[in-house]
Amino acid sequence: MTATTVSTFTYDDLPALMSRMTGDDKHTSSATSTLDVLWVLYHHVLRVSPHLPDDPERDRFLLSKGHGPMAYYAVLAAHGFFPAAWLDGFARTGSPLGHHPDRTLIPGVEVASGSLGHGLPIGVGLALGLRAQRSPARTFVLVGDAELDEGSNHEAIVVAGARALDQLTVVVVDNSSSSLGWPGGLAARFAREGWAAEAVDGRDHEELIRALAAHHPDRPTAVIATVEPKE
Amino acid sequence: MRDRFACVTAQLIDADPRIAIVLADISADRFVGTARRRPHRVINVGIREQALIGTAAGMSLAGLRPIVHSYAPFLVERPFEQLKLDLSHQNLGAVLVSIGASYDWPGGGYTHHGPGDVALLDTLEGWTVYVPGHPDEVELFLRAAATTDDRVYVRLSEQVNDAPHARSDGRFSVLRTGTGPTVLAVGPMLDRVLAATAGLDVTVLYAPTVRPFDAETLRVVLAEPAVVLVEPYLAGTSVARVAQALADVPHRVLALGVSPHTARIYGRIEDHDAAYGLDVAGLRSSIAGFATASPSLVRMVR
Repeated sequence: MTATTVSTFTYDDLPALMSRMTGDDKHTSSATSTLDVLWVLYHHVLRVSPHLPDDPERDRFLLSKGHGPMAYYAVLAAHGFFPAAWLDGFARTGSPLGHHPDRTLIPGVEVASGSLGHGLPIGVGLALGLRAQRSPARTFVLVGDAELDEGSNHEAIVVAGARALDQLTVVVVDNSSSSLGWPGGLAARFAREGWAAEAVDGRDHEELIRALAAHHPDRPTAVIATVEPKE
Repeated sequence: MRDRFACVTAQLIDADPRIAIVLADISADRFVGTARRRPHRVINVGIREQALIGTAAGMSLAGLRPIVHSYAPFLVERPFEQLKLDLSHQNLGAVLVSIGASYDWPGGGYTHHGPGDVALLDTLEGWTVYVPGHPDEVELFLRAAATTDDRVYVRLSEQVNDAPHARSDGRFSVLRTGTGPTVLAVGPMLDRVLAATAGLDVTVLYAPTVRPFDAETLRVVLAEPAVVLVEPYLAGTSVARVAQALADVPHRVLALGVSPHTARIYGRIEDHDAAYGLDVAGLRSSIAGFATASPSLVRMVR
């Protein structure tokens, strides 16, 4: 998005866009925890454009944590992937926007998600496939800290580390919602498998831009974006 | 079949930059040379079957044509949600190739048996299922699958027919015609079905491509409206397909195949064949009995 499109909405418009889906209810933490990461990705980091949705060299973003996708839809609408009017029909019969995104229904959505623990293994395969084709595209996967309870993620974390997937970045939005927690820390889990891992303030745009844009030769990147604990 | 699979897949990887193989240790030793030449398109994820399917889906998303291989229960049953969501729901293609079949390693017991694989895939939409009965058919199906973007399952077996009979268009082959029931022999079941029906007045169809199900050929050859399914996996897997094919025809069906839990006998493949009535003697007894049950007899029983 960074180089090719100009958003007609600003970050400050996002709450109003989300309210078009949720009414005046207070936004749930599962929806708002990802808001800043998503905005930073689409506004500052990803090389994607709504005008070139099939560009083979576009960066890929996979929202693995498909729960609470209102922030995702708001950010996509804000960046022109679909009309903001779609938000008004959220989850109604015939709407392309459901409680879990479907790649076959929504422009710009690379992967259908909802059941937890699927996006990261797919992201590993995507990064491997792009590497096999010598593509410069980067692959970003957003997971939640509770989503990392799923063992499938740990299979993928090992494979990505072993294959030195330096074009893969995982951002873990950590709102302390994992029931059993992460003794030793999330960053340590990734680092143990050879990833470049760091924890940042998930509400600090400058920190997020720096961490998400970083590239570490021969190592995948994990950014732990810490936000306020889930209520 | 496994040798032909490894040989043809290596050739495909060398010839076509879209083709990749994803492994979970099983058969990795057969791709060492290819991995040296094509390190980015031979991916062994170790003993991680969820990552096996997820990785394949991601490679498909990147525009590659992944071939994915393991033992049947570890390829279909263990990562079933990945097949459902990462491939089917995402509308992505891949070629799954299993070994082990229903009980190809009898000594391994039920943990390594996969009688339910085709039935499980039947709960998903749009899968092509090949059950080759000969190595030449393995090659035919692999090369065909390599050229599409479909979701394909190729079920290899240690049990092999003497000669190939598969058609490249996926239609059933008519190997014998009669005026009695039609016997549908799936893949490796063919030779024993031909032996078991020698001298019986039946039609024999050969079905190495079971999905899509060639209802048209079944209807065309049907003499008496009676069908015997002889499947090398869970008995009755294709009954619904026969019912759909003959929805407007009063008909009888005998479904022969493997039980949901394979017998706790270890031993040899032949011992399991006999346990499920899938040896020549068992098949002949079942099919002959079914063939001689006339419609009037059936009415009397009812």
